[in-house]
Amino acid sequence: MHWLLEPFALGFMRRALAGCVALSLAGPPLGVLLVLRRMSLTSDALQHGILPGVALGALAGGFSLWAMGLGGVLAGFSVALLAGWLARASGGREDSQLAGVYLVALALGVAIVSATRGVDLAHLLFGSVMAVDDAALLLMAGAASVALLGLAVIWRPLVLESFDPGFMRAVGGRGGVWHLGFMGLVVLCVVGGFAALGTLMSVGLMMLPAVAARHFAAELAGQVRAAVGLALVSSVAGLLLSFHADVPAGPAIVLSAGALWAAGLLAGPRESLRARVWRPHLRG
Amino acid sequence: MIPPPIVLHDLTCVHDRHPAVHHLSGRFAPGSLTAIVGPNGAGKTTLLRALAGLHPVHDGRIDRGGLAPDRIALLAQVGTLDRSFPVSCRDVVALGAWARMGAFRRLPADAAARTDAALQEVGLAGFERRLIGTLSAGQFQRVLFARLAVQDAPVLLLDEPFNAVDARTAAELMALVRLWHQQGRTVIAVTHDLDLVVREFPETLLLARAPVAWGPTARALSAEHRLRARLAAEAWSDAAVPCRDAA
Repeated sequence: MHWLLEPFALGFMRRALAGCVALSLAGPPLGVLLVLRRMSLTSDALQHGILPGVALGALAGGFSLWAMGLGGVLAGFSVALLAGWLARASGGREDSQLAGVYLVALALGVAIVSATRGVDLAHLLFGSVMAVDDAALLLMAGAASVALLGLAVIWRPLVLESFDPGFMRAVGGRGGVWHLGFMGLVVLCVVGGFAALGTLMSVGLMMLPAVAARHFAAELAGQVRAAVGLALVSSVAGLLLSFHADVPAGPAIVLSAGALWAAGLLAGPRESLRARVWRPHLRG
Repeated sequence: MIPPPIVLHDLTCVHDRHPAVHHLSGRFAPGSLTAIVGPNGAGKTTLLRALAGLHPVHDGRIDRGGLAPDRIALLAQVGTLDRSFPVSCRDVVALGAWARMGAFRRLPADAAARTDAALQEVGLAGFERRLIGTLSAGQFQRVLFARLAVQDAPVLLLDEPFNAVDARTAAELMALVRLWHQQGRTVIAVTHDLDLVVREFPETLLLARAPVAWGPTARALSAEHRLRARLAAEAWSDAAVPCRDAA
């Protein structure tokens, strides 16, 4: 048990754990809805898209975490709005516009970071548990709290809009508002994770448990519970891996989540290979 | 609950400036049961969507007699919603109470009981907790009918309600439509099944973008009217000029 508990005797590991627990509560429910809305890759585009904002925030605010966070939120919002607007204005598909916007944003971010002295690109991209000081923990927990509460508020209209947008319009609901609010919460959660997990990895804790959840539960509420549980386990496992194997926290946590996903795919109770191979069909 | 009449005044709805519903005037009487019939592309779905407030009115107007568009329930064609979404039959049917609970209020106390009763009415008792992804096309259509029942709207619009279902399901759902008609609701249904129309629908609107006939079914579906509907140009013309200049 030594290897399991000892790392968390250290302050920065405890802070990282607390932050990741917060993100594990807020991110996966958003991820489950992203999956169901067939927007799994949107979160990926957003996390690339926040980089120039984070970099500019670092430039303007002298590496203050709040400046970087604010920059990230603004950049993430811009990417989401710009891609949506471009898709409507040019009559194209939103995914192609999103891909275009985030590639430009990522390149811009890397360019800005590289031209700025004193910013460690690897830390920004992949995160570092060492970076989780009190301010970072506050950022993670604050973003996660707002995202979780916000999602609770818009949950019902958002689910209806995902499932049957035509009905929602027919009963007088306005779908676009909830979609925008939802995107805002996703951006918030992605930014919340960047200090510990890095801008390239922060979505992993949101999406991988959500993707894996369908192997553990059938109904929406069950999938959300399963995703949160998987994310919590991934956080602890990932931080331990990061500590013992000296891997950045972001990749370590995402790899742990990926391992759980693979386990679900192979041997989960639902729609897994095991379920397909070893279950005899029923009589009626 | 006596619905107001729905009156169309020279209604024109367009897709990209080309008329889908062209100069249509007429009246759906309170409590009437009307079939909308016509070839593909005749503007039937567009008309239903306009009645529900989902398609813009380009010219003319729709007088709903003060009825809010969300008190007009629309059953869209199959395939317009995500049937793989992991929600239960009960959840979907309870959405019928949306007008009363909206995004943030509680499910009204009577709505839960009404939901289970509606599932029973469509023959799906015991399916409350089943995920909709496990249902057949016919069963799923029954769920949507149960949702309509919970909506309890004075005016119902049904877009090809019996399209993907077997004869028995169609007959049972038609019985529900008959019941709604007897309760005094206005029911308007798009269908391609002329035998069904002759058997069940007192009124018919024969549409071929422009109205061909509207009235008692036997008269509206006369051989002459049906021929006219068949001959009407289905496709729009790229060379079309503005309607009022041509007149």
